Amino acid sequence: MENQAQRNPKRRISKDHWTAIAFLIPSFILILVFVYGFIGWTGYVSLSNYNSLVPDFSFAGLKNYIYLFNDFRFQADLRNTVFFTILFIGLVIVLGMGLAILIDQKLKGESIFRNIFLFPMALSFIVTGVVWQWLLNPSTGFNQFLSVFGIQPKWYTDTTILAGFEWGSIEFGLPVAIIAVVIAAVWQMTGFSLAMYLAGLRGIPEELREAARMDGASEFQVYLKVVLPMLMPITMSVVIIMAHISLKIFDLIYAMTGSGANFVTDVPGVYMFETTFRGNYYANGAAIAIIMLLLVAIFIVPYLWSSRKGDK
Amino acid sequence: MPIYVILVTSLKPLDEVSLATMWTLPSAIDFSSYSEAFTKLAPNFMNSIYLVVPATLLSALLGAMNGYVLSKWKFKGANTIFTIILFGMFIPYQSILIPLIQFLRTIDLYNTIPGLVLVHVVYGLPITTLMFRNFYASIPDSMIESAKIDGASFLGIFRHIIIPLSITGFVVVAIWQFTNIWNEFLFAVTITTSDQQPVMVALQNLSGSQIVQWNVQMAGALLAALPTLLVYIFAGKYFVRGLLAGSVKG
Repeated sequence: MENQAQRNPKRRISKDHWTAIAFLIPSFILILVFVYGFIGWTGYVSLSNYNSLVPDFSFAGLKNYIYLFNDFRFQADLRNTVFFTILFIGLVIVLGMGLAILIDQKLKGESIFRNIFLFPMALSFIVTGVVWQWLLNPSTGFNQFLSVFGIQPKWYTDTTILAGFEWGSIEFGLPVAIIAVVIAAVWQMTGFSLAMYLAGLRGIPEELREAARMDGASEFQVYLKVVLPMLMPITMSVVIIMAHISLKIFDLIYAMTGSGANFVTDVPGVYMFETTFRGNYYANGAAIAIIMLLLVAIFIVPYLWSSRKGDK
Repeated sequence: MPIYVILVTSLKPLDEVSLATMWTLPSAIDFSSYSEAFTKLAPNFMNSIYLVVPATLLSALLGAMNGYVLSKWKFKGANTIFTIILFGMFIPYQSILIPLIQFLRTIDLYNTIPGLVLVHVVYGLPITTLMFRNFYASIPDSMIESAKIDGASFLGIFRHIIIPLSITGFVVVAIWQFTNIWNEFLFAVTITTSDQQPVMVALQNLSGSQIVQWNVQMAGALLAALPTLLVYIFAGKYFVRGLLAGSVKG
């Protein structure tokens, strides 16, 4: 056996290669069916008249999509998603980077801080939602402290839309209630960007910073001109990962606020769930799901594409 | 701070849990909310265990094999296949949910824990494959080459070289999958009903009920989060490694 392998290594390797491929095939087929096949099926449902318990796959064209884009609730969802995504990503990056730089100063108790900030990452969005619902409850929660200053935010029950203007059938502007949800989401996810940035900071050689200091740069300039640009790839990754989380978000909002009065805290994930599984509007739900997928794909496909190229 | 509130509230009897005294310490420590939350959540807690353990083990094993093939037995198109698999990690699961449920009904696994296990194993493949592929990239190719020259086969190398070297990898992936599956909600709430529901759905139901008993709710939140918290406290290092491994592109 061994001799044969030595005499003819090429053949042996190619046989093993086939074994390797055979090991991969089951997983690959599962993914093809469960991811791509099912997406195709959902797309098909989204073009049908399947809007009741009785399956009806007759072709409806873009009817469900047109319905959604004229729908008050879906328009509100798109608005909420836009503002949630921007606030959420912005805060996670700023806080994560800021905390990482602070922790990186080699303070005492560094690991304790890191562990505390990372801790919410181990929690479920459901737990976070349940707890923050209580913390930001307008008549309890933080408002008991804030009343000292005479302010009583209504948090997620506020229906005000800031800087709004008419857009379709909704008012387009920042829904104040979204801020409450953003706070909870940021509390949970900042640890992630913190960990990413800490790893990034550790990867920047001290000599680089030293050299900049030698050239007379202030500590602030060192961070602005040397550290920040070197953290760019990490920022890109954080943006991509946070964007796909925020576009898909469902459980946190479902547990914390639901869709809210006038749908001020509704998002496509919640709408899809309720219309499909509570209302049996399968075709509408499928259409929402496909729109969500397209939104995520806008971020993810270029990212996967570039990382694939980087591989070679 | 939220943790403080959970602890304090969960240790109070109901009549002390009022809007005005939310931040104060309880006058006496009272575990009744825990026993109530426990009675309500215990069956679902067990469901979660039956779900998480096999799902974690299976998806880690499959991920290890895929990662091994995709990092050490690269063939033409391997990177493309990897990218195709990886995309599955990012999709909103809403976009596969309707066919998935129809499929589970057809094979009679709808509303069962094995059905959920299957779902989590399949949709866990991208992340576990990614993690193991990155992990195996750090094992030098020369080790594999010399084993090949010694006549070791694909499986022999996997058993005798790769597996012993990937204990850390398995720990990281298992912790990651454990946490994710334990915390998952969308599949759990759509694929199972009442008796079969994992603990997160039960917790959500608890907070959705008519009279809001905050103390029971907070005790429930803590109980439901306990396994992942313990994992975090005792294996936080591996958890963080998983966090980074899952995010850094391959």
